[in-house]
Amino acid sequence: MSVEVRNLVKKFGDFTALSGVSLRVETGELVALLGLSGSGKTTLLRIIAGLETADSGAVHFYGADATAISVRERKVGFVFQHYALFRHMTVFENIAFGLRVRPRAHRPSQAEIAQRVHELLKLVQLDFLASRYPSQLSGGQRQRVALARALAVEPKVLLLDEPFGALDAKVRQELRRWLKRLHQELRITSVFVTHDQDEALELADRVVVMNAGKIEQIGTPEEVYHHPVNAFVYNFLGNVNLFHGRIENGKVHLGDTILELGSAERQSVNGASGNAALYMRPHLLEIDRTSRGGKSFRATVRAINAAGPQVKVELEADWGDPVQVELDHERYRDLAIEPGESVFVCPRQSRVFIYQI
Amino acid sequence: MALKQNRSILPGFGLAMGITVAYLSVLVLIPLSTIFLNTAHMGWHHFWSVVTSPRVEAAYRISFGASFLAAIIDSMLGFIAAWALTRYRFIGAGILDAIVDLPFALPTSVAGITLTAIFANNGLIGSLLAPLGIRVAFTRLGIVVALIFVGVPFVVRTVQPVLQELDPELEEAAETLGATRARTFARVILPAIVPSVLTGFALAFARGLGEYGSVIFISGNMPLRTEIAPLLIVIELEQFDYRAATAIALVVLLASFVILLAINLLQRWTARTYAL
Repeated sequence: MSVEVRNLVKKFGDFTALSGVSLRVETGELVALLGLSGSGKTTLLRIIAGLETADSGAVHFYGADATAISVRERKVGFVFQHYALFRHMTVFENIAFGLRVRPRAHRPSQAEIAQRVHELLKLVQLDFLASRYPSQLSGGQRQRVALARALAVEPKVLLLDEPFGALDAKVRQELRRWLKRLHQELRITSVFVTHDQDEALELADRVVVMNAGKIEQIGTPEEVYHHPVNAFVYNFLGNVNLFHGRIENGKVHLGDTILELGSAERQSVNGASGNAALYMRPHLLEIDRTSRGGKSFRATVRAINAAGPQVKVELEADWGDPVQVELDHERYRDLAIEPGESVFVCPRQSRVFIYQI
Repeated sequence: MALKQNRSILPGFGLAMGITVAYLSVLVLIPLSTIFLNTAHMGWHHFWSVVTSPRVEAAYRISFGASFLAAIIDSMLGFIAAWALTRYRFIGAGILDAIVDLPFALPTSVAGITLTAIFANNGLIGSLLAPLGIRVAFTRLGIVVALIFVGVPFVVRTVQPVLQELDPELEEAAETLGATRARTFARVILPAIVPSVLTGFALAFARGLGEYGSVIFISGNMPLRTEIAPLLIVIELEQFDYRAATAIALVVLLASFVILLAINLLQRWTARTYAL
């Protein structure tokens, strides 16, 4: 089922949570709403679910206006960050809840309920826990029960609010992959909220980057990561070094340092000059012992962390800003740099955004 | 020893336990045991004739009946008040919250006199009820009203913290799963708060049994009709019949002990069933 929201506006007192948000989620898609806290992503999800009402704007399910339809009749599955399991019910009863509360005429028989619950328990790989209480489960297990409970009512849309937010890193990873597989199997239209860029980029078919109640960019993970439309998206997705300087004649002035722009950046700047923000991803920077003229800048090594798949080097640029560089271990061994040494940093790629003042 | 390894912020298990036992002995166990001792002197026949006399039996019925009824009404009113205080943000919520405790602090005789004045046939509320044929002051209804007054705060204060911890997300979850409000209440909210309501009920009931000051003014104290057991005890004491007084007290003591124990077991059972 496709979900579409048009021009949603929502205010809480003086705070504007959403200012005119429009979005279309296609049938079977898995979409991530990515943003910092306060960006409006959770409010958007809750409005889609019907748990919150927009001040203006409309919600359409399958092209039909659902704005006035109550939560109960929207047929959405909602998964909460803190599981919201019923503590006084067993895992089995939690999952059966949505079936048991149906009006008598539509309520399945005991046997049908039991069968459906066990199917779902198998789906979430927890059938051995049916008679346990939520307090006896781990966080990851609880969230899987919550998901099974939401799926029990055969929702047309699945909405997940920071579904892995309360779990530790290892379990997050596992559940992420598991959810991806589950979605590929069920193909249910799904929207999930996250502040974790890795989670959004790994899981989603499309990522919606939100900021201050607005959508900054919608696109596939590749699109938003490699072709961010503005400084916010670039800054938000992945680690980045940010330098403020001036652009003149296709060159960036950072303090006394003058850096030549690559051809792609020159094109994006298009001969303009002015104050600019220069973004460089740590893994797209190289360290050299020799200068490459205007294509590199001088910096001093401050700290090195060689634990992990990449060596993280912290430097201080000539003009005083800190610079983060990620090298592979091989290159690091060849360079044999040490803290205090003076080296040259050469950007393989950077992005320039001229301030709109 | 396990106790020694169990480090705690406040040192001195021995000291804490000693104080607890000493206080329980001096203020609770010794006074209560004198009731048993005193009664034991009077012999079985005398005891039985005192506690089964029509006037005493009537007083027991009124005391237990009115306390029970009041505690049930307390549970409902107290739950609603706790709900209003925890679930809604409104101007004056803090003041309302403070007013809930007033019956705890008010001397009960003051409460009794005030209630009597208001519910008397010429009183503020009594004059409105009188044309409807409802009489509150100097009837059993009056006793129940006074006991409700002193009992409600117990329920509010036991249910309130539990409601505060009950995540509103649970109700939202039930709603997205298609549950109506009534079903959400019956199957999600009620099971979570039943143990605390039972505790509040037990406290209000126990308080009602022992309540004296506020009741004697509004009840009118007519023998066989509106006389409560605590008053009868005072009457016996004033006639220097200490043994009769302790005999009446002993029955109240044993009965309330049994009832409170039963409520406690019930509460523990519900708490365990719901695995809280």
